[in-house]
Amino acid sequence: MYRYDEFDYAVVKGRVDQFRDQVARRLSGELTEDQFKPLRLMNGVYLQLHSYMLRIAIPYGTLSSKQLRMLAEIAREYDKGYGHFTTRQNLQFHWPALKDIPDILEKLASVEMHCIQTSGNCIRNVTADHFAGAAADEVADPRPYAEILRQWSSLHPEFSYLPRKFKIAVTGAERDRAAVQVHDIGLHLKKDDGGNLGFTVYVGGGLGRTPFIGKKIRDFLPEQDLLAYVTAILRVYNLEGRRDNKYKARIKILVHETGTEQLTAMVEREFEHLKESELKLPESDIRAIEAYFRPPVLPARPEGDAITARAIAEDAGFAAWARRNLHTHRHSDYASVTISLKGIGEVPGDMSAEQMDVVADLADEFAFSEIRVSHEQNLILPHVARTDLKKVYDRLRDAGLATANAGLISDMIACPGLDYCALANARSIPVAQGIAQRFAEQAIQEDIGDLKIKISGCINACGHHHVGHIGILGVEKKGEELYQISLGGSGDENAALGDIIGRGFGPDEIVDAVDAIVKTYLSHRHDQEESFLSAYQRLGPAPFKEALYGSDAKVA
Amino acid sequence: MKLLAANRLIDGIAVWLGPDGNWVEDIQHADVVRDAAGEEQLLATAREAFSKNVIVDPELIEVDFIDSEIRPRRLRERIRAAGPSIHPNLGKQAARQAVVQLI
Repeated sequence: MYRYDEFDYAVVKGRVDQFRDQVARRLSGELTEDQFKPLRLMNGVYLQLHSYMLRIAIPYGTLSSKQLRMLAEIAREYDKGYGHFTTRQNLQFHWPALKDIPDILEKLASVEMHCIQTSGNCIRNVTADHFAGAAADEVADPRPYAEILRQWSSLHPEFSYLPRKFKIAVTGAERDRAAVQVHDIGLHLKKDDGGNLGFTVYVGGGLGRTPFIGKKIRDFLPEQDLLAYVTAILRVYNLEGRRDNKYKARIKILVHETGTEQLTAMVEREFEHLKESELKLPESDIRAIEAYFRPPVLPARPEGDAITARAIAEDAGFAAWARRNLHTHRHSDYASVTISLKGIGEVPGDMSAEQMDVVADLADEFAFSEIRVSHEQNLILPHVARTDLKKVYDRLRDAGLATANAGLISDMIACPGLDYCALANARSIPVAQGIAQRFAEQAIQEDIGDLKIKISGCINACGHHHVGHIGILGVEKKGEELYQISLGGSGDENAALGDIIGRGFGPDEIVDAVDAIVKTYLSHRHDQEESFLSAYQRLGPAPFKEALYGSDAKVA
Repeated sequence: MKLLAANRLIDGIAVWLGPDGNWVEDIQHADVVRDAAGEEQLLATAREAFSKNVIVDPELIEVDFIDSEIRPRRLRERIRAAGPSIHPNLGKQAARQAVVQLI
């Protein structure tokens, strides 16, 4: 993975010293709250319901064991013994004291981590496929490009005061696991007919109050033009994006109001000026960054198949985990392991300091010290020899981390919701817990098959509800929590926004409503091969509406 | 009826304005007012505490007395007064449980 050079160290250290001084001046009263608030936000410090919250960047979701151990140490020493992995592959601590945050940042800097650009109207942490560098279906590792974007966008003077925040995602496989089409810029890495690498470019995707699927503005952008083209997009947005209304300030609104054709022309015009400038990436620079992400040397371990097959025959728990939580590695002796942070009845994305230590140890012993964070709030060990899978499983099981539910109904995304968040209108986590408990039985979950439920506690959509196969949005109505359901959304390469299905459900009704939707799917599907999403696309909303609201319900 | 909620600057912990201008960590010890004059008094005290860098985000919230206990009307404020509903061992509710256990 990428390692800081002297320049990186100096920048991050400088920022820690600067923020230490700013916190001291705020506490002494030299800085007012109005002066301090934008400064703390630039360092990932929010004020939530119960206390401050610190958001730590995990660039493109790649973590080392050393970094994860440091997160555990911070959780124990400065927080309440746990952290929360987010849908942007970041980690949040929910209880840090402002006075301690400079010390936390110093500890983070010692392991090449920081909180810069995890908030504010700037280019945020660049996200990527969590199986990057390991997946069998990958065209190329997207992380070198995400790292190039990170370096270019960090403290970029031109793009530090954008109309609104700006999110970029990169994926490197045909199957989009990074939800690139619901980002401000989505980059889908491809090869052209000549074998050259480049990107399909999407602009103006996003969820929140006004959801849009990104518009494709380039079929194939050669890799050397990455920074020139992204700069062109940002420049058009920075100049033309609305600053009069924060709810209309994201690039998706600019794309919508301008029209894709005209916006594309504006970007291309800007790009013409930049194409041959210093932003053109030299081949040697791309390959130099790529070298940081060179995969570990993976020795042949052909004995893994027999060992795994025997363990599957002997241990039903392992067999279920192997069915659900392994992803095909490009080396047939290896697998990528999903560590579910969705134990039944647990808080999606939460992990205790002790569990972090267990995973860091496992990464060191069995996975080349590498860990990934997925936008679906799970962790990944990207390179595990199949021979070692049972050993890894046993240790995960002992730590409460071997729930065999990757991609199943209980593997839900849920934002922190009203239990923590000052912006939320309703709780998300208890809904996720209730659904997981309802469908706790492994056989039932596996019979239902692939199903993505995504839950947000407010219209800002941190829980990506618009692209859930079943999306749940919590709102406040007459002082009570109410949950609206949408169906048929998808965040993959066939991205789609879900259809709102009808009136909302109270906290005591929402789990039953999901149950009714699932039962409708089970009774209407052709067979087990037809997934929930495929069945919904074939059937449309009518049978689901009828199941939820009765036969008198108005059918769309 | 209203009382005044805020977060303490130094650590962000949720606090409420209690009698004599003290900031209390248990909403049950907060000062409840019943009229505009009382509200103005709370706000004036909060403004002073804000200017002295003791608290941030002061806000008047509506409450009721139910079974002799202060109960905020909005769920948001009830969760703030108790702690995350999913973690009874965290937030104010944890301290209260500890007291109960000690007794």
